Amino acid sequence: MLQYTLRRLFLGLLTALLVSIIVFVILRIAPGDVVDVILGGEDAFYSQETEELLREQLGLNKPLYEQYFIFMFDFVRLDWGESLVDSKPIWPQIQQKLPITLQLAIMTVSLAVLFGIPVGVIMALRQDSSLDYFLRIVSLGGLSIPSFWTGTMIILIGTLYFNWSPRLEYVSPFEDPRGNFIMFLWPALATGWVSQATKARMMRSTMLEVLRQDYIRTAHAKGLRYMVVVYRHAMKNALLPVVTIIGITVALTVGGSVIMETIFLLPGMGSFLVYSLSRWDYPAVQTLVLFFAGWIVVTNLLVDLSYGWLDPRVRYD
Amino acid sequence: MAAQEGIDILRRGDRAPLGVRMYKGTVTFLRRKPLGAAGALIILFMIVLALAAPLIAGDPNEWNLSDNFLAPSSQYWMGTNDVGQDIWAQIVNGARVSLYVGILSVAFGSGSGGLLGLASAYYGGKVDVVMQRIMDALMSIPTLILALAIMAALGGSVNNVVLAIGIVQIPRANRIVRSQALAVKESEFALAARSIGAGDMRIMLQHIMPQCVAPWLIIASAGLGTAIISEASLSFLGMGVPPTTPTWGGMLSQRGREYFALAPQMAIFPGIAISLAVYGFNLFGDALRDVLDPRLRGT
Repeated sequence: MLQYTLRRLFLGLLTALLVSIIVFVILRIAPGDVVDVILGGEDAFYSQETEELLREQLGLNKPLYEQYFIFMFDFVRLDWGESLVDSKPIWPQIQQKLPITLQLAIMTVSLAVLFGIPVGVIMALRQDSSLDYFLRIVSLGGLSIPSFWTGTMIILIGTLYFNWSPRLEYVSPFEDPRGNFIMFLWPALATGWVSQATKARMMRSTMLEVLRQDYIRTAHAKGLRYMVVVYRHAMKNALLPVVTIIGITVALTVGGSVIMETIFLLPGMGSFLVYSLSRWDYPAVQTLVLFFAGWIVVTNLLVDLSYGWLDPRVRYD
Repeated sequence: MAAQEGIDILRRGDRAPLGVRMYKGTVTFLRRKPLGAAGALIILFMIVLALAAPLIAGDPNEWNLSDNFLAPSSQYWMGTNDVGQDIWAQIVNGARVSLYVGILSVAFGSGSGGLLGLASAYYGGKVDVVMQRIMDALMSIPTLILALAIMAALGGSVNNVVLAIGIVQIPRANRIVRSQALAVKESEFALAARSIGAGDMRIMLQHIMPQCVAPWLIIASAGLGTAIISEASLSFLGMGVPPTTPTWGGMLSQRGREYFALAPQMAIFPGIAISLAVYGFNLFGDALRDVLDPRLRGT
């Protein structure tokens, strides 16, 4: 177990290292340049010397591998530097924005699990009934309707009929718990609606598979109550693959936050990333993507470790 | 009798012509999978709209400020936007972009991902380890963020969107085909092919690859819907197809947002178009999965 965890952690570090290289390369082959942004856009007039000078100041004239090593060295020492464009240090900004993205992710996943799993179980128990078909259509709808449109429609209907619009200012849950909850509820619903669909579908198919097993028939035959068979015997085993999907969702909400934070004006990590990307702010983008990658690597590790806890048959070796 | 029939089928040349077999297969599929058939119908409808765009709608970029914010009418039957462009014309032309990006990105991304997975499984050893670590890394970057970064690097154009969304799909197809190919590689017919001296390419492409087509098709068909949503998301964030080309995501993007309350048709129709198209691909993909994956049959 310990050995397995250590090996996975090592692989995770390797992955993060590769991610850093990939992102570094992608950003540097880009035609745009942070120097243009700082000097006022592509149309601005500035001399060659100014540009050279700025490059030298920012350390962008050094060879690429040297720039990479400087970045990684600082990153590992947790010296995450400052934005190239407005010179704001990056770490305090992350400290400020991370709780927002984290709260959105937690609310999204909770909503998805709370809706998706019961719906999936009901679909499996009533297979091929009209209820099953209805729920399948609705739940596949969650996969098909893009969350940015759901979000847009929520705001549109709010503005048109309820004279409501998302708050422009972020409220902390400690100052105004209710206002904070409402602020996050709508974006969480818009993305949660999408991810409940994957949960419900997975739950349905694993549940169907389990319900056909012999031990379920035995449980029924020995006279256990229906609900006991469903919950204690069937659902417990059917949940295992769903845990993987939940892990994937946790990872996905990070990407989804980019869109939801843009629509609902939440100052989180996602909108920070898009903003930094549009300005070619190399250190900010590299740090943020590494951060996201770390999030995903850790989530995957936790999912794999949870197997052993959920299913005694799983052995780590 | 049945046995004789089986032997006949096994004898090449005695099978029904390909056209007849495809027709029969299609009919069975439609009868057994009504939801899948509905999906196929939606896709077909979308393809027809996209192909017939110049015939059934005017110029999507033609603007006429005196006609702006018109509600749906017989002349503009989805209304007009803030600069008086015909929303119907934009929707129909947007279908072209969505289909183009969807199909090409899946062909490129899932296609190359699948081939790489095949090679990874076949050669094993160092090739496999290196490739799988790269796939780990690609999978650890949230897909939308990876696509955004690639778009930032390549610049906005339709073909770059195809590339960005395609690259994002590589790891999944790679994993699926790899795991299937690993199993098939050790099967007796693959070993037999090797023992009669078949080359690597021949074993991979002629013997192993056909066995990997079904799981690959499942992943690829699921990828179509995702690709269309990804394209719309990129255009929505202003990092996709340049705004001069009408796209569904672009119609919902920042430029129009302030007018949505004034002219809801600007927000409603593109969203319905995206959802319907993706819904069609998902229904079809689901049915295809049920048919192709024997383990899931009946579930």
